[in-house]
Amino acid sequence: MITLKRKDYDRIVEYAKAQLPAEACGLIAGTVDGNGNKSVEKVYLLTNIDNSNEHFSMDPKEQLQAVKDMRANGIVPLGNWHSHPETPSRPSEEDKRLAYDSTASYMILSLMDKENPVLNSFHIEGTQSSTEGLTIV
Amino acid sequence: MKITVAGKLKEYSDGLTVKQLIEAEEVENPLYVTVTLNDEFVNSEDFDKTVINDGNVIEFLYFMGGGR
Repeated sequence: MITLKRKDYDRIVEYAKAQLPAEACGLIAGTVDGNGNKSVEKVYLLTNIDNSNEHFSMDPKEQLQAVKDMRANGIVPLGNWHSHPETPSRPSEEDKRLAYDSTASYMILSLMDKENPVLNSFHIEGTQSSTEGLTIV
Repeated sequence: MKITVAGKLKEYSDGLTVKQLIEAEEVENPLYVTVTLNDEFVNSEDFDKTVINDGNVIEFLYFMGGGR
């Protein structure tokens, strides 16, 4: 279970639309309670250095700055997010292949219908993915 | 020597290389790891010859990418 603030959801959608036709990407950080429930306290909007509508790679320099910011703010990395400009909100084979952390939350925003974005969160382990409960508050 | 690894102060023997630190820290999936030493990115082919010195700050960053 992961909770995302409405304003952070809006920031992700706005940023992802602004990056079209390329995929957009970023990091999510926050807290984890004793039951394993995650709360996103901060969303990071990073540069997709692939600048592609089919692939994304996060800018490592921006990643480094984000990690430092998380530490300074007492929050922990929870996972990442990226957009699918033309495909559904589900992990692609490449997404699964490049997901190294089975405990991370992988959020995928579909902009197939730009007026009705769809954001889901997933856990990925090997070739298997499962939907993680996502609440936007 | 004392070095900072992912924000935590740690003590290691002198002469430690980045490759040895990755092994000592039991970094998962080392093939996906990018390392910074005092905010400078270290090329992966240099991991075994880059020596860490007292007071250095090391971060491990994981490649994050995907596709549609």
